[in-house]
Amino acid sequence: MSGFVTGAARRLTLRQLIVTLAACAAITLVCAALAPLIGIVVDRGGWRLAVMGPAALRPGSLDHDILWVRVPRMLGALLVGAALGGAGCALQALLRNPLAEPFTLGISSGASLAAVLAIRFGLERAFGFAGLGGAALVGAAGTLLVVWRLARIGKHLPPATLVLAGIAMSTFCSSAQMLIQSTSDFVELNHMVQWMFGSMETVRLVTVGYAALPIAAGLLVLLAYGRELNALAAGPEVAASLGVAVGRTQTAVFATASLLVGAAIAVTGPIGFIGLIVPHALRAVLGPDHRLIVPAAMFGGATVLVVCDTLARTVVPLHHLPTGAITAVLGVPPFLAILVHQKRRAALWGRG
Amino acid sequence: MPHVQLHDLTVALGGGDVVSEVTATVRAGELVVIVGPNGAGKTTLLRAIAGLVAPRTGSVRVLGRDPLRASRRLIAHELAYLPQHYELAYPFAVEEIVLLGRYARQRGLGLAGADDLAAAREAMAACDVAHLATRRFDELSGGEARRVIIAQALCQGARCLLVDEPTAGLDPAHARAIFAMLRARCDAGDAVIAVTHDLDLALRHGHAMWLIAGGRLAARGAPAEVLGAAATRDAFGLAIHVGALPSGAAFAVPA
Repeated sequence: MSGFVTGAARRLTLRQLIVTLAACAAITLVCAALAPLIGIVVDRGGWRLAVMGPAALRPGSLDHDILWVRVPRMLGALLVGAALGGAGCALQALLRNPLAEPFTLGISSGASLAAVLAIRFGLERAFGFAGLGGAALVGAAGTLLVVWRLARIGKHLPPATLVLAGIAMSTFCSSAQMLIQSTSDFVELNHMVQWMFGSMETVRLVTVGYAALPIAAGLLVLLAYGRELNALAAGPEVAASLGVAVGRTQTAVFATASLLVGAAIAVTGPIGFIGLIVPHALRAVLGPDHRLIVPAAMFGGATVLVVCDTLARTVVPLHHLPTGAITAVLGVPPFLAILVHQKRRAALWGRG
Repeated sequence: MPHVQLHDLTVALGGGDVVSEVTATVRAGELVVIVGPNGAGKTTLLRAIAGLVAPRTGSVRVLGRDPLRASRRLIAHELAYLPQHYELAYPFAVEEIVLLGRYARQRGLGLAGADDLAAAREAMAACDVAHLATRRFDELSGGEARRVIIAQALCQGARCLLVDEPTAGLDPAHARAIFAMLRARCDAGDAVIAVTHDLDLALRHGHAMWLIAGGRLAARGAPAEVLGAAATRDAFGLAIHVGALPSGAAFAVPA
């Protein structure tokens, strides 16, 4: 049993599904609409936090130009947040492990390593975003595959070995990354570091456009697997005898999660813990039904990342903090809380 | 066509053969109880029938279909399997768990329709868990949880039911009720194969008993005969005494 679930112990109804998702969508929309309007303004009196008015919508004004710098960033945050939230939620269900998420499984580091390699060897210069994105995708999928293989003991995927395998891969990839960085020239290095910060600074409308299609497609695939993920909560054998094509489900969800994480990381660099914390929080409030919490985690991830990115732009005046650092700082304490909670229930060391 | 047909079934796991050369048939309306010492291969035999582990040689047919080749959805229409261990990764409510049994019969989002709810209510009533419908699975006692997952298997509406130690952890009254319910399913035309260590219940409710020892079908026949057979004494390392209570009800105890 995994912790923190206190949600309603009732079966899902169409009404509940519609009302909940409409509420999630509304919250996401409001945050997305407000985020680009909020920012630090510098004038003769120094700096202050300001919210732009409707004047910002008039072309030609300074506010309008600023707004259009912030909008792609907000769109990028929406896409990446939805991808990470959805992928994290689906991976937790598939692996039957509440600690699974792109970061703890090492997928983020794998994708980062691949992206750094792409920068180092000129793939990005040659093919632009497609080179970087493709590399991140391959890195994400490759790492997930390796971690899965490493962690499997017979038919079981115990939480402890899974996290250990993820950490091992993560460490390996970060070290390899450092080796590559130490042999890179200044321009490359600068680019890598900025990218690795998980900074939204470099997000342009073009990159958002590239990533929108694979992410949207991936999210749709995950939505189609809610029922299968519910059945898998009882383990692969029970799911199979209930009628689930377990192998096909595992392959599809794994491949899709890698696609989502790869695409997300290609846009922003590694953004941590969205995929862990958002599904947990939602499970606690909405209950464990994946037909509900997978889409809710997409909205939730999008909302949290838009908010974190706005914080990154505004918390320290005149300094744009890396968004990935904000999400990690906010995400690590809840992660530790889950670990402690699990340990108390002795489930972490049990079988997956 | 028999509900379950096994021909020369041999299953290897890791090192060697765990189930060897089992040939047997289960017909409509039959309740077969499988007994045998720990590690004899009873669970592996059940899993092979359910199509969850591939035979090394031989064949399994469930209502004429090979459960390894037919789609899982198709097999789930005909066959439900209750495993010995059941761990739920996320704590669903009891009603949701029972409704998971309807997976193969639902389409799209799989939100419960009138048929599904009726099937779930019936299954929960049969296992005496209707009053737990809105409780969380991880808050149940061991016996309650066991009855909930039996209800899930029943809710599947399959004509073949494979149950692995259905009464483990159940109090005597509930254990007897579960076997009576399985027997009633058979009387209605289904086929049930139950692995159990509950010899009294096996004796009273089973139509046929299979003794599995060392992966082989060491004896089979009427439960009273199998329990009294020399093969059973050899397999368990002790004799089983079969007698009758003053009321006439049969019982079995290690002699």
